[in-house]
Amino acid sequence: MINGVGREIPESIAGIKNIKPYSEPFSYIPTGCLTGPNIIINKPRSEKILTSIDQAIEASGLKDGMTISFHHHFRNGDYVLNMVIAAIAKKGIRDLTLAPSSLNSINEEIIPYIEQGVITAVETSGARGKLGQLLTSGKLSKPTIIRSHGGRARAIECGELQIDVAFIGAPACDTYGNINGVEGKSACGSLGYAMVDAAYANKVVAITDHLVPYPLFPISIPQTQVDYIVPVEAIGDPKGIASGALRISKDPRELLIAQYATTAIEYSGYFKQDYSIQLGSGGASLAAARFLREKMKKQGITASFGLGGVTAPFIEMLEEGLIKAVYDVQDFDIPSIESMKRNKNHQEMSASFYANPHNRGPIVNQLDVVILSATEVDVDFNVNVITDSNGVIMGAVGGHQDTAAGAALSIVVAPLLRGRLPMVIDQVHTVCTPGETVDIIVTERGVAVNPLRKDLKENLKAANIPLMDIEELRDIAYEFAGKPDPIQVSDKVTAVVEYRDGTLIDVIRTTV
Amino acid sequence: MKLRRTMMFVPGNNPGMLINAGIYGADTIIFDLEDSVAISEKDAARHLVYSAMKTIKYSCEVAVRINHISTPFGYKDLKTILAVKPDLIRLPKAEMAVDIEEIDAIITDAESKHGFIPGSIKMMAAIETAKGIRNAYSIATASPRMVALAIGGEDYLADLQTSRTKDGKEFLAGRGQLILAAREAGIHAIDTVFGDVNNEEDFIAETTRIKEMGFDGKSVVNPRQIGIVHEIYTPTDKEIDHAQRVIAAYEESLARKSGVVSLNGKMIDIPVVKRAQRTLAYANAVGKSERGATL
Repeated sequence: MINGVGREIPESIAGIKNIKPYSEPFSYIPTGCLTGPNIIINKPRSEKILTSIDQAIEASGLKDGMTISFHHHFRNGDYVLNMVIAAIAKKGIRDLTLAPSSLNSINEEIIPYIEQGVITAVETSGARGKLGQLLTSGKLSKPTIIRSHGGRARAIECGELQIDVAFIGAPACDTYGNINGVEGKSACGSLGYAMVDAAYANKVVAITDHLVPYPLFPISIPQTQVDYIVPVEAIGDPKGIASGALRISKDPRELLIAQYATTAIEYSGYFKQDYSIQLGSGGASLAAARFLREKMKKQGITASFGLGGVTAPFIEMLEEGLIKAVYDVQDFDIPSIESMKRNKNHQEMSASFYANPHNRGPIVNQLDVVILSATEVDVDFNVNVITDSNGVIMGAVGGHQDTAAGAALSIVVAPLLRGRLPMVIDQVHTVCTPGETVDIIVTERGVAVNPLRKDLKENLKAANIPLMDIEELRDIAYEFAGKPDPIQVSDKVTAVVEYRDGTLIDVIRTTV
Repeated sequence: MKLRRTMMFVPGNNPGMLINAGIYGADTIIFDLEDSVAISEKDAARHLVYSAMKTIKYSCEVAVRINHISTPFGYKDLKTILAVKPDLIRLPKAEMAVDIEEIDAIITDAESKHGFIPGSIKMMAAIETAKGIRNAYSIATASPRMVALAIGGEDYLADLQTSRTKDGKEFLAGRGQLILAAREAGIHAIDTVFGDVNNEEDFIAETTRIKEMGFDGKSVVNPRQIGIVHEIYTPTDKEIDHAQRVIAAYEESLARKSGVVSLNGKMIDIPVVKRAQRTLAYANAVGKSERGATL
């Protein structure tokens, strides 16, 4: 089948049920009901605290073939996923589906357990390094399912991703299972991704290195969702969980891209009092925050809310009153974590509230402007954020699809060349975000507006930025770097990329 | 009006920088074959700059800083680079008019050999010694190709036996002489680089100071400095408004055939009118627009 972005999707893929090809961003209409965990009874004065992960695995009833989940709020400082899987492997349990909200390089430790068959399927937002290579290799018995943050929340809530046991790293947890992410030595801030797992998994195990007396306050994940609690020495490495305040880039090329992107916002027609904004955590996005702040101050404009993926520049704007409220699904640095702890205008939200397309309204639907990054983009404005120039998984979809679809103005920033490789090309290797949800592509040599957005093109004529057609950008890139040969792939599908609504937007085949 | 507010140095041995040099909005980029290139890399840099200029279309003025012709590299630099027609050759450490005359002759030969329009390749000289400063006017007028004088930084200070200070006293004499020589010769005066890229405050102070002295622009070493210089050199709305009113009053007095020009009851001299004309021409040249249209 050829889907709505022109990609060949096989009629059947071993290990993938119910294949629906992507058509348009909002054309798939879901039916049926939400799912939910089993009903249980919890009697007064029952004990939730267990002594070891091993005991929790026993208590949870985890068996061969089940699905386990984790959150990635500890980013590259995460200890939980690795230690739980090591404990599971020791017990001889096999054939599990691993469904974390994402995977980081630190999780490479689990590669032997994938090779031994402890884990035989993976559903995630993305992966990097050796894990990415393994997921691209076709060695797993089932293809990996790549989902956006909103898509994952949707899949969990509608039962497409049924989590048997959720293991939740808990920076602070009381003796009856109330959890937050802002206290303790492994504080990570928002627990937005884990909230969905906790609400829908059949069994929820909290693993904590900061067990506190009852009751904990504030509560991010409530006692009503938590079955067991395991205190451990450490759930993460604070240095890997959050950096100090991320420094604004000094790279002149990133600064130029950020300048063009913010000028585009200024003239887009959306830069008005009470607009709303989401910025990424990449170099150009952070720099964009600084330029935007200057423009907002100069023109006396304040934003109604900011969304993220939260970083220090956003927090500065919140504290200066330039942004009225921040909604937070994940934090990247210490100032953001601190802010969530003390500022009532800094609200934690779940991945479903953030971006699930099949609830009564995620906050991305209210978003005016988003700046997103890209690995490569093509002349149809399709964006790849998952595979590298060799066709290997090396990134994550994250909230890319969700915010591009939800925001009134979605801006994708990317350098025109990375090293000797052009980044604006005829066809991206893997479509993650469909071009019809991408409005502007900003590079250091030019800015291209999606021809679907004639209004924007008109508005941007007044801006002092180098506007050009996307084909011109591609031609400049090819002129410098040459046209890359397409990556040679086999017929074997090693991963599928879901659109946020559960349809397949592309598949990733093994390279030859 | 030709603008040279920013002349950005780009090391000639860095391919990544050569590719992107033109995208940051500098009025002039200077590919450097001299001080930023180690002796062992002189050949490679010369060839890289040659290839970059041959392959890449730069939309700004392109200059090449050659090694001095008293070094073993200067003549080779000229021979290679002139073949790809730079807009401007910058000679470092200029001390005497005869250096300029010699390079002028070499350029004349190259123009004829390669079929370029005679006189189309311009020259500028950087003055980096007390002797050079003393000869500044004769250097500035040694060739009709000369379009600018620049004052060099560290070499000049070493020659003067002083060093950098916050308020720039060490450059007072040199800058003063240089601007006088350049103005008398009718060419641009360009200030030295400010190397501490992260010190925005002092960079702004220095740029403001040299603009007030009459300098036409500044050498920069990082794209991040370009926007700052351009902002300082852009006439403010208030300046433009005042200039427009001066011109209007002047034109009105011409229409009245009155020899006296006045604005808001104040007499206006002809130099004030000239300055207003220059402000408006400058605003036009920097593309400062009002109500969507260039002034």
